Amino acid sequence: MQLTVWTYEGPPHVGAMRVCTGLEDVHYVLHAPQGDTYADLLFTMIERRDRRPPVTYTTFQARDLGRDTADIFRAALLDAYDRFKPAAMVVGASCTAELLQDDPAGLAAAAALPIPVCPVELPSYSKKENWGAAETFYRLVRTLAGPHAPAPGTPRPARAAGVRPSCNILGPTALGFRHRDDVIEVTRLLDLLGVDVAVTAPSGASAADLARLGAADFNVVLYPEIAGSAAQWLERTFGQPAVRTVPIGVGATRDFIAEVARVAGVDASAALAEAGSRLPWYSRSVDSTYLTGKRVFIFGDATHVLAAARIAEEELGFSVCGIGTYSREFARDVRACAERLGLEALITDDYLEVEAAIAALRPELVLGTQMERHVAKRLGVPCSVISAPVHVQDFPARHSPQCGFEGANVIFDAWVHPLMMGLEEHLLGMFRDDFEFKNGAAPSHLGHAPEAQGARAAETAETAAPQTGPSWSEDAEKELRKIPFFVRGKARRNTEAFASERSIPVITVEALYDAKAHFGR
Amino acid sequence: MNAPVFPVGNEKGCDRPILQERGQREVFCGLTSIVWLHRKIQDAFFLVIGSRTCAHLIQSAAGVMIFAEPRFATAVIEERDLAGRADLHDELDSVVGRLLERRPDIKLLFLVGSCPSEVIKLDLGRAASRLDAKLRERVRVLAYSGSGIETTFTQGEDACLSALVAEMPRMADEKGARLLVVGSLADVVEDRFRVLLEGMGIPVDFLPPRLSRDLPPVGPGTRFLLAQPFLGETARALEERGAKHLPAPFPFGEEGTTAWLGAAARSFDVPQARFEDVTAPARARARAGIARHRAALEGKSIFFFPDSQLEVPLARFLSRELGMKPVEVGTPYLHRKHLADDLDLLASDILVSEGQDVDRQLDRCRSAAPDLVVCGLGLANPLEAEGLTTKWSIELVFSPVHGYEHAGDLAELFARPLGRRGRLRV
Ligand code: SF4
Repeated sequence: MQLTVWTYEGPPHVGAMRVCTGLEDVHYVLHAPQGDTYADLLFTMIERRDRRPPVTYTTFQARDLGRDTADIFRAALLDAYDRFKPAAMVVGASCTAELLQDDPAGLAAAAALPIPVCPVELPSYSKKENWGAAETFYRLVRTLAGPHAPAPGTPRPARAAGVRPSCNILGPTALGFRHRDDVIEVTRLLDLLGVDVAVTAPSGASAADLARLGAADFNVVLYPEIAGSAAQWLERTFGQPAVRTVPIGVGATRDFIAEVARVAGVDASAALAEAGSRLPWYSRSVDSTYLTGKRVFIFGDATHVLAAARIAEEELGFSVCGIGTYSREFARDVRACAERLGLEALITDDYLEVEAAIAALRPELVLGTQMERHVAKRLGVPCSVISAPVHVQDFPARHSPQCGFEGANVIFDAWVHPLMMGLEEHLLGMFRDDFEFKNGAAPSHLGHAPEAQGARAAETAETAAPQTGPSWSEDAEKELRKIPFFVRGKARRNTEAFASERSIPVITVEALYDAKAHFGR
Repeated sequence: MNAPVFPVGNEKGCDRPILQERGQREVFCGLTSIVWLHRKIQDAFFLVIGSRTCAHLIQSAAGVMIFAEPRFATAVIEERDLAGRADLHDELDSVVGRLLERRPDIKLLFLVGSCPSEVIKLDLGRAASRLDAKLRERVRVLAYSGSGIETTFTQGEDACLSALVAEMPRMADEKGARLLVVGSLADVVEDRFRVLLEGMGIPVDFLPPRLSRDLPPVGPGTRFLLAQPFLGETARALEERGAKHLPAPFPFGEEGTTAWLGAAARSFDVPQARFEDVTAPARARARAGIARHRAALEGKSIFFFPDSQLEVPLARFLSRELGMKPVEVGTPYLHRKHLADDLDLLASDILVSEGQDVDRQLDRCRSAAPDLVVCGLGLANPLEAEGLTTKWSIELVFSPVHGYEHAGDLAELFARPLGRRGRLRV
């Protein structure tokens, strides 16, 4: 048993729902009790979808147990087919029905519906949402594209002369973090390269589109958590190469362009020459100097964490001080990345562990999920959200991709704005005693009172911690107050550690500056 | 599937046809009530023994994640627990141990059962008594079920409160009559009711209390009013302990609140004049508050999807005090006895439906094309996109809506979506 307060990922059938809801004409019959219908609101409220997810829940009750839950499933399946007339169906069970072992797959086969029915078994007690999405997508692709597979070993016919190369974009789902806008951006980028997009799936695709996936020249794996296994099967079955670079960040977008150019046999120079992102120049601009070495903590799904680490280090000049993911399936990649940064990756789905790591590291910026946003708020640290689990704010009205050059622009703004601005930061630091700044004033662009209060609370809590080590002289205490609140806690701790090590009983102003020189970077 | 329409019994309030539905339900399970219960009882912690789905449900139903560390959590059953590689009771003990270490402030711990824990027949009642015996000095441990196979949304509160009834101390004075108001209410509402009832000289307690150590006494002297229509089990448990139920319409609107308080006043022999004195100013305020929204709501048709079991009394309030025209009043479960007075006040041509077949109900709703639809969060935006105006029902259990001082606010909750639609030009 695992003690859980908030979860990063829902159960695997929610992943299956994300796939089915993204598709146009596929219906999901889920053997589940009534409470599980809560999942509908994720789509209708968080993503503001204008239609109910295409899901029929059997909603069996205690009185049905041991008698006719299988009948209830069969009836729900037939009713759903009659009412919604889908082009294909997915059948499965949620956690409770998994324990009943009613065999939805067998029942669906016995019903002999005149459409493809794809049974998806999702082990609810060991797997989670993204795994469920990947498995469902893979099963659907196999079921629908499988009948069109060439005999094993058949070489791919060469593309006819004068025909533009084509690819599929795989991975975007309903309720995906910025998937909606990423697809627009990546499609544009591919067009610039002279590559047509045959099918984007699951989001926006029909069952017929899935059936013709094998026709494109190659696949773009936009989100490996969801499309990795399907792309692998397509590669094996249809000989379609997969482009696996995820174009998040300027460098990754350039690599993506180069990889597509190589796989598609097209010229990349036009796409690369396009000025593309403002990020490189904004980052070189002198006012960005203050970003140098800012210590950032990164946590989220593997795709976005890996991209964020590269952007942080190479494109904004930050120092990554901690990194981790809840995507256990991709732990290896994140561990390798952490190792390159000289860090140890935090692989966990326990947000309390993440909170503890952030509290211990005291980063200057947190790049995380909605959970880390709350943690950062409590600790008074700026934060930008880079990954699912999603929140209604992650579906902004404006175009707001993460992928491609425009995505890099969005990321620059989203990460830099929460940080202190250059000159203002200096002024705040220099003139702490200005009565209008007050103690704990934050720069004007951080005008959110609660955050400033949070920061103060964090600092006060720290200040109020029981003192066992050296004491502070009145002057030194006063001097400490002149240090901006967001680093004051750290300065206090460092100074006390410095004094303890040297057995200095009372911290004077002198000792404070000795410690500053000692720890100064 | 043909849904039978048949008259139920011939008791008061029950001689109307009720449409019975047994198809797909689009309602939360009882775990959801933890979202407000954990705020109401300030020293209680709710530990769900369930699956990742259960954890995700509570997190999603809470809408936005709550900043402060909440007083609920889920012990997620894992494969090794099911495969018998771990003893579930040992696992549970260790989870509880870790939890109490983190939260030394907790005085009452609920082990809350879920569908998975029930299907695998994990005996949480037994686990609770074992832990309770072990930890008694430090924390009380109780169990109830919030599972979706047994409870619907607000019934979770019913299950929780009936577990509490067993823990209520026996009333010392067998003769002294006290009133007990049952059902969690917003603190402001509770305070207003206390002022009114004590103003009439009625000694009153509330269940649940804000702190678990303040659990009120119960005995043959107890007379209780239900503040919520979903408390069938709790009422039964109280009756078993000798308490007497005072039947009344539910305290929504001026009329409902007056009748509800009136039931207590009659039982405690409060003179009519004193009742009038105490209630008159608040009644006048309630009438004025309601009147402000009458123009917006009068004559408008309204359709209720089943959700919180508040539907029948709300329909009664909206039809009688605001002139709305209920088309269908859907409720997940109809407690015929407790709702008898409200049903009596509801015009007999209004269709009341119990249970759900969501797709068929959506068909009925579309063809009725009501001015306002009251429904859950899964249905609201899709119906809005079809051009209907909706009010999310969950707000009705998360907002102070009972009593005189909130009668106007309650009316406003229904007027707001209509007003908004009238405003928008996009
Ligand atoms: S319906 Fe059952 S399985 Fe689903 S969330 Fe509620 S208790 Fe958990």
